[in-house]
Amino acid sequence: MTAFGLIFSNIHDKSIPELTRRRTMASIPFGCRYRLIDFALSNMVNAEISKVGVIVHDNYQSLLDHLGNGKDWDLARRSGGIKILPPFITAYDGGEASKLYATRLQALMGVMSFIEHATEDYVVLSDCDSICNLDMSDLLLKHAESGADITFVTKKEYLTEEKAQTRKFFESKDGRITRVYNEPKRISGEFDVCLNIMVMKTSLLYNLLVDAMAKGYKSFTSDIIANNIETMNFGTYEFNGFYATVGSMEEYFECNMKLLDSDVRKALFDIPERAIYTKVRNSPPTKYSTGATIKNSLIADGCEIEGTVENCIIFRGTKISKNSVVKNCILMQDTYVGANVRLNCVIADKNVVIKDDRELSGHPTIPFYLNKGVTI
Amino acid sequence: MFKKKECVAMLLAGGQGSRLYALTEKTAKPAVSFGGKYRIIDFPLSNCVNSGIDTVGVLTQYQPLVLNEYIGNGQPWDLDRTYGGVKILPPYQGMKKADWYSGTANAIYQNLTFIKRYNPDYVLILSGDHIYQMQYDAMLEYHKQMGADCTIAVIDVPIEEASRFGIMSADENGKVFKFSEKPKNPDSTLASMGIYIFNADKLEKYLEADELDPASSKDFGKNIIPNMLAAGEKMYAYPFEGYWKDVGTIDSLWEANMDLLGDKPTLTIPKNGRRVFSRTEASAPQFIGADAEITNSLITEGCEINGTVINSVLFNGVKVEKGAVVKDSVVMNGVIIKKNAKVDYAILDSDVTIGEGTTVGKDKEASKGITVIGAGLDIANNITVEDGAMVNDSYYNENLKGGDNK
Repeated sequence: MTAFGLIFSNIHDKSIPELTRRRTMASIPFGCRYRLIDFALSNMVNAEISKVGVIVHDNYQSLLDHLGNGKDWDLARRSGGIKILPPFITAYDGGEASKLYATRLQALMGVMSFIEHATEDYVVLSDCDSICNLDMSDLLLKHAESGADITFVTKKEYLTEEKAQTRKFFESKDGRITRVYNEPKRISGEFDVCLNIMVMKTSLLYNLLVDAMAKGYKSFTSDIIANNIETMNFGTYEFNGFYATVGSMEEYFECNMKLLDSDVRKALFDIPERAIYTKVRNSPPTKYSTGATIKNSLIADGCEIEGTVENCIIFRGTKISKNSVVKNCILMQDTYVGANVRLNCVIADKNVVIKDDRELSGHPTIPFYLNKGVTI
Repeated sequence: MFKKKECVAMLLAGGQGSRLYALTEKTAKPAVSFGGKYRIIDFPLSNCVNSGIDTVGVLTQYQPLVLNEYIGNGQPWDLDRTYGGVKILPPYQGMKKADWYSGTANAIYQNLTFIKRYNPDYVLILSGDHIYQMQYDAMLEYHKQMGADCTIAVIDVPIEEASRFGIMSADENGKVFKFSEKPKNPDSTLASMGIYIFNADKLEKYLEADELDPASSKDFGKNIIPNMLAAGEKMYAYPFEGYWKDVGTIDSLWEANMDLLGDKPTLTIPKNGRRVFSRTEASAPQFIGADAEITNSLITEGCEINGTVINSVLFNGVKVEKGAVVKDSVVMNGVIIKKNAKVDYAILDSDVTIGEGTTVGKDKEASKGITVIGAGLDIANNITVEDGAMVNDSYYNENLKGGDNK
């Protein structure tokens, strides 16, 4: 049984405009040293999927920089490996084909030839913002055994009316999807929340795309899934581990902070044979000075900590100087915090400089966001 | 596939490092861990890469398994190259005889074929025993400028220590006129760092001549350098300023790790630019718990700290449980220090477990010496491991196995 992967890297960019102004959803920094795409990529690699197409749309320089030739995920391969799939735009045709795609389905249509030429039996499709450590080889196995046409990874979750607005979810019976909730809806209850990871035969995906093109379909879920729910078998694969996604800035803050919970860290990073890989930066170890106080924080390598840090997520190369107190913050790569600074509920994007004696505070529901590279 | 290379580096990594005792019973000295996420060999290898030298032969002999695995295809150092890259060179069996490397010069002699494939103008000889960051490209530039046949990197050492080194006497232009290996009464303080650049043709000539001399100990310091000097070759001393330390003893290895600490550390590893590269495991960021106290320490990815860490260097994946105290210590990969255990003035090799309530070592001032625990040993709960103990497998079986503390 062979499989290849496809990752949608710009999907949901609009839900966090601050963080995606100059990058893709896939390259949003997360958890001290990762980018969101690391989870989807590592899940695939850990299932011995050695060919992964990354579908990009725009703003993808930072993603290319992160992925390089893929060797940090062991995807620098002679056959297969990582394939960046930029939008397919023809220079001569003023019609549909020359527009940037807007939906998952259109994105897939743009990479038809990649799919057509794939020799693998199965394809695993994943969004870039599905934060989980999932056993994809088991998913593939269960899918093949079940006889389902498409298997969706789901997690049973109670959804409030508010959460239901931002999620895609299903109703299912005996592992078969009976109803799809895709558009925003006023509803609450326990549902099979879709993790936006699915698996099917490569040939089926190709045929569905040909058919969708002929019929002028726009949406994978609303058109293909909803229209075929009676005639085709759409199964669920229930995932019980930790899953998070970042539908908003508040959620981004919240799910970074969840990493301070040791059970969450175990479920994400500490599963034997299923490490999460990321770009190696060769930073030296982090240095804690005399007089530093650190409580309940997750810290990357290459930092220098002289002040006080509590309940924080600190990325690589960050410096926190003497007599500064940083609480409930997410400080991304190479943030510089001067002396006598007070920070609370701040998200500092990469390369932010906070000079001596500054005081900044946000609130967990509205974290104070500092743009990439600003000096305060 | 071979392309001409201006300079090929040969890294002597066969040393046993017997004065590191338990730490080198199962690995060669260059593979000994250092500084939180490195191994000793990362320093010369990274120096090569940062100096634009992309062809490095690594000569192994003693316990090569870990070292071979570690270097692999050279990818962490960008040395997985189409032309050149890093190559492991073990001793081999020839048509006439099989020979272990009998000395540093003999090791290079046996690999002249490797060197010649790249048709280099210069050969850089390095050893895998020292912690230092050096620009070999600047040294090569100096070598060319001086029109030297051989350039030897030297460092100024205190006169009282000079008799431990090969000592060079050089004129004001840096031209060496006298060399004495470990002299009783040194007349200079310029110590050879064991780093040489040779013109490739001269190196070949002297190695071949030395090989024919049955009285020779086939050593660069004892034979090749004196022979070249006696023959009137142009030999220059290249002065190096900066951190350089032989980490060949337990004390010096501990000290070198401690040199990374403090407000103004004597050894710093840069975040950017000339970084030190190493092979790293994929592990989660380090987590510092609510009860942790950390003072003047280096901590690495994968660590989980819920106890107290003072003046220590912790490598990848170390767990320090609640109530445990680690002080003045070097704690290598994957070590687990359980609840209320005390580790003081010690070096714990990788994957050691220290049981609950167990005490290892003693305060530095009161201690007989650094306590060392060899890789993978599981130390029982509530026992005491004597200060200054060198715990290898046999010490462990005799004194510590099964939790009896004699």
